[in-house]
Amino acid sequence: MASLKELRNRIASVQATQKITRAMQMVAASKLRRAQEAAEAARPYADRMGAVLGNLAASINDVETAPKLLAGTGSDKRHLLIVATAERGLCGGFNSSIARLAREDAQKLMAAGKQVQILCVGRKGYDVLKRYFDKELLDPVSYQGLKGIGFDQAQEVASRVLADFDADSFDMCTLYYSKFENVISQVPTGLQIIPASFDDSETPDLGGAAYDYEPEENDILDALLPRNIAVQILRALLENAASEQGARMTAMDNATRNAGEMIDSLSITYNRSRQAQITKELIEIISGAEAL
Amino acid sequence: MAERLKFDLVSPEKLVLSAEVDMVEVPGVEGDFGVLPNHSPVMAMLRPGTLTVESDGKRQSFELDGGFVDVTPEGVTVLAETISQA
Repeated sequence: MASLKELRNRIASVQATQKITRAMQMVAASKLRRAQEAAEAARPYADRMGAVLGNLAASINDVETAPKLLAGTGSDKRHLLIVATAERGLCGGFNSSIARLAREDAQKLMAAGKQVQILCVGRKGYDVLKRYFDKELLDPVSYQGLKGIGFDQAQEVASRVLADFDADSFDMCTLYYSKFENVISQVPTGLQIIPASFDDSETPDLGGAAYDYEPEENDILDALLPRNIAVQILRALLENAASEQGARMTAMDNATRNAGEMIDSLSITYNRSRQAQITKELIEIISGAEAL
Repeated sequence: MAERLKFDLVSPEKLVLSAEVDMVEVPGVEGDFGVLPNHSPVMAMLRPGTLTVESDGKRQSFELDGGFVDVTPEGVTVLAETISQA
């Protein structure tokens, strides 16, 4: 049986931990709201971009002349996986579930004889994946010390990806991130961004009129497709930011509750042993007095 | 002015403006043009410049660093990376 002093120390330390986890939970909750708003604010742009591109893609009949970003390079040998994760841990299974999905897909592709390259955005994914991969990993992108995610960061990743694509170092590109469903559920998702994929379900009704393009369709596509990559990455990063805070909030809520349970059970043990010790001392005094 | 134009101005970070307006003037790469209700469908690239929105005789301008406009019978959507109100 641990001594009373040891028990007291343990209770104090669990209480300190609980204070930290509770504070982290509240910080995550307030950051979550902002991240969620940012993620929702980014949706219209991405949706419109998707609709416009869907339109344009549908109007291009000649696959030969279509930009490679849309039609692909005609091969599926070399894959680039972009794995977007958080910069920090302590957010439950958030980072590991994204990394696991990416890892499984990468291993599947490699087993099928494809070449795989992995670009990690965010330090945590890199830390996990470097245990499994070595030469496949490209230099990671990190946002450490950065306040928020903006279009500039997405643009930076996108231009790097596009430069690699232009240098013909991969054929297909898939983006892994965690989709924010709600506070308690975040779904790790893989989204193919090169060649571009979109649902062309919401083609607007033009009322019989033909679209005018200014300049030509292909010029517009050439300008829009790279931008679309950046937009998709931005969207993934923002969804990720919201998911991370959601995951952290849930994880810290659990941790706080567990700490509470631990404090309760430790307090009971502490009180019992204190009581036992008092009783023992009393017995000693009384039997001592009787012996006189 | 019975007929109005549904206009959305969107940046990657947020929906800047969504309103019913009378006219939109955009800086297209091949020249500025104005869009009134019932305009024929156009898709155009924008060069950096000023976008002007007119509604109820009031004019509102935004500085864009280039972007994209999509005119459909349903309305006008402008996508631009950075938008600042001028």
